[in-house]
Amino acid sequence: MRTYHQLTDRDGSGLAEQIGAQRRRVAERLAGVSRIVAVMSGKGGVGKSYVTANLGRALARSGKAVGVLDADLNGPTIPALLGDADARRTTHENPAPAVGLDGVTYISMGQFLEGGAPLAFTGPATESFVWRGAMEASVVRELLGDVEWGKLDVLLLDLPPGMQRYVELCDLLGTPPAVLTVTIPTPESRDAVRRAMRSAADRGSALLGIVENMVGGELKGSAADELAAEFAVPVLARIPWHPSSSEWDRLGRQISDARHTTHDARP
Amino acid sequence: MKFLCVECDQQMAFAERQLPGDGTLAATFKCPKCGRVVAMLTNPMETQLVSSLGVEIGGRTVPGEPFEMIREHVATGGRADGQTGSPTWSSDAQERLSRVPTFVRGMVKRIYADYARERGIAEITPAIMDTARAELGLEGM
Repeated sequence: MRTYHQLTDRDGSGLAEQIGAQRRRVAERLAGVSRIVAVMSGKGGVGKSYVTANLGRALARSGKAVGVLDADLNGPTIPALLGDADARRTTHENPAPAVGLDGVTYISMGQFLEGGAPLAFTGPATESFVWRGAMEASVVRELLGDVEWGKLDVLLLDLPPGMQRYVELCDLLGTPPAVLTVTIPTPESRDAVRRAMRSAADRGSALLGIVENMVGGELKGSAADELAAEFAVPVLARIPWHPSSSEWDRLGRQISDARHTTHDARP
Repeated sequence: MKFLCVECDQQMAFAERQLPGDGTLAATFKCPKCGRVVAMLTNPMETQLVSSLGVEIGGRTVPGEPFEMIREHVATGGRADGQTGSPTWSSDAQERLSRVPTFVRGMVKRIYADYARERGIAEITPAIMDTARAELGLEGM
């Protein structure tokens, strides 16, 4: 009896063709995007979205066309950070991204959830863990591939804690995105972020550097310096509790100038 | 997933898809050599898993629309507290909705959901859909 890989005829189910079409749609939508940078951490609560939003604004102020994909489906905060006056502009019928502060365009699950509602899917309640991950990955695919991003110098991906979304995005993009890592000074954060950086490096992402957030307060440690030494990457910024716009502008310039020839999103 | 007619050593081809309306799915595959037909039956969880991938067994009849998964599968209203939010859909109503062409399904679903929400209806059933159609002049939806 022949085995799976020995059956090479088209069976008419159309599944492989549909998956291929989904990937092509993402590639077509991102054809005008010069660089894709994932802002990630291994730890929650370190300020990834805060860094993403303010980095996006700084890049926009320097003349770059910037988009943000809020990939944190269950805790979307980008609309609040980038200004949500225009957020409802994005609809099923109008897949243009919202336009936030300093002209940063963005898409977020927050634009589709009513009145602070949690993300919930219709479907059988029992054993929902089996399909919920696939459903979330499909939602990310739509946010990435259905939005008319247009021409962008940089698309920032605001990732939730953990590595699940990063892996999904690697699959969707076909090429691992460059990674900007956010940590806070503490040893606990260092250890969690180390795992994330190793995972990203193993996948083939270029590690752009580290942003250390919440510096100068009661959080003690030297996570950024230790991680920078371990992975041979720069500490791009140390963000105090109340940063000025000039500090974000400096970070924006460093990201603009960052050279990484491998695993960047586009040639 | 592929199907092999062991007797003919021939890969079977997709023939038909059915959605009985109870959350399950039936897809039949036919041996192109001997004509034998087998049916793959999935339970609601398995059906949902296939649906979660954004694909339809047998292929799509119309191209995908923007945010199709979001509009079809995300319950956008508050629900956990049991207060306001999107009404639920009975399995019969879901099956009926699945027969609406994909490119207008989201709009049709929203119309019924808005109708139910405005009237405090917690669950949309075929009877509710009939009433809404009559009241809103939506013959054909």
